[in-house]
Amino acid sequence: MTRLILWRLAQIAVTAAILSLCAFLLIALMPGDPIDLAIAGDPRLTSEDAARLRALHGLDQPLMARYLAWAGAVLQGNFGHSRLFAQPVAQLLGPPLLSSLQLLGLALLLAVGVGVSLGAVAALKPRLAPGVQGLALLAQAVPSFWLGLLLIILFAVQLGWLPAGGGPPGDSSGGDGGGRFLILPVATLAFGHLAGYARHAASALATAMAEPHIRTARAQGAGEARILWRQALPNAGVPLLTLAALDAGALVSGALITETVFARPGMGKLIYDAVMGNDFNLALLALLVVAVVTMLATLAADLAQRWLDPRLA
Amino acid sequence: MRAGIALLAALVLAAAAAPLAAAWLGHDPFLPDLFTRFEPPSAIHPLGTDDLGRDILLRLLYGARVSLIVGLMAALAATVIGTVVGLLAAWRGGWLDAALMRLADGLLALPALPLLVILAALDPAALGLPRGEAVADILRIAALLAAFGWVGVARLVRATALSVLARDFVRAARALGVGEARILLRHVLPQLAAPIAIATALAVGGAVLAESVLSFLGLGIAPPAPSWGNMLANAQELVFQAPLAALWPGLAILLAVLGCNLVADGVARRR
Repeated sequence: MTRLILWRLAQIAVTAAILSLCAFLLIALMPGDPIDLAIAGDPRLTSEDAARLRALHGLDQPLMARYLAWAGAVLQGNFGHSRLFAQPVAQLLGPPLLSSLQLLGLALLLAVGVGVSLGAVAALKPRLAPGVQGLALLAQAVPSFWLGLLLIILFAVQLGWLPAGGGPPGDSSGGDGGGRFLILPVATLAFGHLAGYARHAASALATAMAEPHIRTARAQGAGEARILWRQALPNAGVPLLTLAALDAGALVSGALITETVFARPGMGKLIYDAVMGNDFNLALLALLVVAVVTMLATLAADLAQRWLDPRLA
Repeated sequence: MRAGIALLAALVLAAAAAPLAAAWLGHDPFLPDLFTRFEPPSAIHPLGTDDLGRDILLRLLYGARVSLIVGLMAALAATVIGTVVGLLAAWRGGWLDAALMRLADGLLALPALPLLVILAALDPAALGLPRGEAVADILRIAALLAAFGWVGVARLVRATALSVLARDFVRAARALGVGEARILLRHVLPQLAAPIAIATALAVGGAVLAESVLSFLGLGIAPPAPSWGNMLANAQELVFQAPLAALWPGLAILLAVLGCNLVADGVARRR
């Protein structure tokens, strides 16, 4: 088990390294040269000054040399400065990351909870199965940012019950007033992802309920609720965790777009602002952090799956 | 299955009929008219007008052309790449299979959206491509989406091809001295029709959705050319003045994706 975890962590590190190289080269192709942007603020600078600045910051070097310099600095814990916020980029990531993780965690809980309940309803009450199936098809096809927009129009603009977006003033990572700002984004993100859980739970539970040990439990007089919770659900948990592992990337992408719709100060908005504002250091590090978090989440789901089903380990 | 095909056919017909509708209603969906801003739905403007006085129904129909063409092109490219990669990996096996599948796993494990945001923000001029034209935008976005979309197709094709390659008729063909290329094209590929059809249908829906996300973020199809995504982006800024304008483009995306998923489901159930 330890060897497996170490092997997977090594894979994640290699993927992150390759991704950082690709992203570095790609970001160099984005419009907006940093020195051009800097000298645009001061009309007295001449083109000789620009060349001197370029040499000073190492921007006259070939791309590969610049990447190696950046990677060397990163390995020593120096991630560079943010152009937009004029701070070391490592200091900027904390609050947005917390805010994104909060949104992701709550949405995942809601999606799994509602999805598995719907799946259980479909598996145990075949009469209601077509309804659940229809809802799942709908949930899969709804563009999440449009759903977010509709929820804003209904609950924030028309009814005025909930804030249209943003975060609580001051602190962006929860606090007392944070809950009201979370309701709509969490609902938006969860709705798109509950479909997969509902469908998988329905088929997994239907399979699990047909197993001989369920009949044995029934014959021994166990109640239906106990059978569902103690006998069927643990077996249905394995395919659900497979889905959770496969879905991690899409869930993170969904969280980023949801944040943009609701103007939540999270990683999605940070990456978007960094890309739009030519903040290369920030965009690069934020992208890497999001990718690593996603891969770690996938790993966690894989490990949980092995823990639940020892045959896989 | 039938409902899905009917939905998609209706959308394609509506997109094809866009110039007809424009001629019949008698206005230009690209020309601003500041005297008719935010008109409510009426006989002249069936869905009302937007902030520049342009007819929303006509823009929706012209947007359908852009959104559906991007979706179709991206999905077809993804299907071709994915089929070739999946078939090659299953047939060749060994290190090539391992390398291709690690690449696919790596792409699948990464969150696609931030990568797409960075890729879509690249300066096309730096790559020697024309900048800012609608056609160039369409090609650029379709290529980007295909670059991520092939993974799902490749995995599905590889899994099915592996089981087909182990079947007796393939071994019989080999024993008869049939060439490998002919075996792959004439004996294996036809067996893959159903999974390829499913993957393509899902890829069209996914690409329509992804295009709308990118255009919504302002990185996809640039206005004034309408796409469902950039119409929604525009509507988001105007939720207070014209909340209804946000309804239609999203509904169109929903129907297109629903149609694709229904077709994919239908094919899967037929097998």
